[in-house]
Amino acid sequence: MRFLFKTDYEDDIKLFPHSGYLVSYGILLALLLIAPFVLSSYLMSQLVFVCIYAIVGVALLILTGFTGQASLGHAAFLAIGAYTAAYLQKYNVPFPVYFLAAGGLTGIIGAMVGFPALRLTGIYLVIATISFALIVEEILARWESVTHGNEGMRVKTLSLLGVTVPRDSPTFYFLCLSVLVLTIVGTLNLLRSPTGRAFVAIRDSETAARSMGVNVALYKVKSFAISAAITGFAGVLFAHKLSFISPEMFTLQLSIEFIIVILIGGTFSLHGAVLGAIFIVMIDPFLTYLKDDMPGMIAGIAATFGASTATAGNIQSKVAAFASLNGLKGAIYGIIIVLFVLFEPLGLYGRWLKIKLFFQLFPLYKRATFKRQKIYVKSERNR
Amino acid sequence: MLDFVQQLVSGVALGCVYGLIALGFVLVYKATEVVNFAQGDLMMLGGFFAFTFIGMMGLNYWIGFAGAVAAMALFGMLAERVVVRPILGYPQFSIIMATIGLGYFLRSVAGMIWGTDDLKIETPFSQGVLRIGSLVLAYDKLSVIAATMILCTLLYLFFNKTTLGTAMRASSENMLAAYYMGIPVKRVVSVVWAISAAVATCAGVLLAPITFIHSNVGLVLGLKAFPAAVLGGFGSIPGAVVGGVLIGVIESMAGFYLPEGWKDVAPYLVLLAVLLLKPEGLFGHHVRKKV
Repeated sequence: MRFLFKTDYEDDIKLFPHSGYLVSYGILLALLLIAPFVLSSYLMSQLVFVCIYAIVGVALLILTGFTGQASLGHAAFLAIGAYTAAYLQKYNVPFPVYFLAAGGLTGIIGAMVGFPALRLTGIYLVIATISFALIVEEILARWESVTHGNEGMRVKTLSLLGVTVPRDSPTFYFLCLSVLVLTIVGTLNLLRSPTGRAFVAIRDSETAARSMGVNVALYKVKSFAISAAITGFAGVLFAHKLSFISPEMFTLQLSIEFIIVILIGGTFSLHGAVLGAIFIVMIDPFLTYLKDDMPGMIAGIAATFGASTATAGNIQSKVAAFASLNGLKGAIYGIIIVLFVLFEPLGLYGRWLKIKLFFQLFPLYKRATFKRQKIYVKSERNR
Repeated sequence: MLDFVQQLVSGVALGCVYGLIALGFVLVYKATEVVNFAQGDLMMLGGFFAFTFIGMMGLNYWIGFAGAVAAMALFGMLAERVVVRPILGYPQFSIIMATIGLGYFLRSVAGMIWGTDDLKIETPFSQGVLRIGSLVLAYDKLSVIAATMILCTLLYLFFNKTTLGTAMRASSENMLAAYYMGIPVKRVVSVVWAISAAVATCAGVLLAPITFIHSNVGLVLGLKAFPAAVLGGFGSIPGAVVGGVLIGVIESMAGFYLPEGWKDVAPYLVLLAVLLLKPEGLFGHHVRKKV
């Protein structure tokens, strides 16, 4: 086990606390860089979605995880980013310009949402952000001169510095990956700056933050704006990846998926956004795999336990029928959310930390280390 | 003028359904400070239960209705026991997510069991109309209004006059103190969930002749019930119903007098306006912040 001795603040805010970080992240980055030459084109496409979801996850973590302001409206920010890109593209605006414009516009709208949100906490904020998202969805469907309504908009192939970048080329993947890495590094830097410290202070106790001289209103609006702007950048990539956008892609369902990303990944660390994004994007191919291979597998198991061919075939068709039921994906989503909230509130990254600590402290690991405190006394209404 | 009254009545009837769902939110919120995002889905499930009893098993309407309410009350207790009780005392956000997950699960399972078609329940009052002059009022809409008034009154009296109701309000204020005073907090929470699931079922069954039942009805109407609950002031029983009626009327007026598209947005614009101008709602108490 390694002990880190911190002798001043500079030690505490290092991006890489010790050389092990550099090695492991270096290996990870190298693997990601050779990925397009190894993986199949389908997996590459999923990997691009992982990057996009992870960018949104990081954005949501800044707002929800570190500033404590829950939002169920991030699909709307994504939509604004995507539509800005698609609209500006029609006028032959170059990519870097509309990329930045999308982020900027989304950030401004995020700040405008943040202002009213100053007065709201807890469930009220959740409900207000849901309403905001529903209103944006309706505007996208109705403002036909700009958004083409429910017909949707085609997004032309990305062209960067005169070179066209098709949406399934390795270059596009590298673009998404570099935006993700920049976002993560930028967010890490933000979080160790006074602004990030103020965010965390607001999350932990608004009253305490205010009495320490933090301008709560200003930092909440900043947090909303930054989070929205990053989501706007992700929206541009999302639009290019899908090459077609329409209002029904940016529903409440998508906002909930983003929340699931950080819930499953873990809301206390940026690792959570990436892990959660991998989980949520990979669940689709996994379910398809189950749907195709599970019935045969179960029938095989039944056959080895002495079931006759007819029974095994029967079981196979039953399982296949069950696996192809319409709502199975939703049901599995629901169960996963509930199980994570109940049993793994710190998410996948929390589980990783627990396992790591278990081996570091072996045999002295205590479960209580990660136990959350329950508060029955104080009503959240009076806060 | 006649159009106006007609729109008003259908708005009020629709609003009563919103009110009933909002009532479920409010009950759970009053007793446990938890917002149940699966409330609309409980309503949907109640409707499906009633459909099973009445449409498929051929029971008498009233017996089927009562059976569905009883079954859903048990289901509400079960949901509370499995999903909510282990995380009571944790931040609200966990519970919001857990109930969103529960809602997802219920929607998909209901879709698997009852299919994705619109289902209809035959009710004793689904055909007739009441004529006052040239005004035509359908019985199914009137039945929703009447049932809402009755339920609202009963629940109001229950919360304010009975011992159990007082116990619920006490455990909402401060669970630990209520526990020290001898209130069985866990059982109280369980009963609250049973009641709110029962109220949701009433909404679902009464709604069945008007909008039919399908697995997504809970999501659609549940989202509309939020503006209702917020407008009435989260935590006030009459407020939920008044808020629901106002939202229903606003929606139906917007659909009639304003260009297309406003109808769907109007409730949320009202919601945002209320949150900005008067966050405690029409009937809520303004709470001072204590440090």
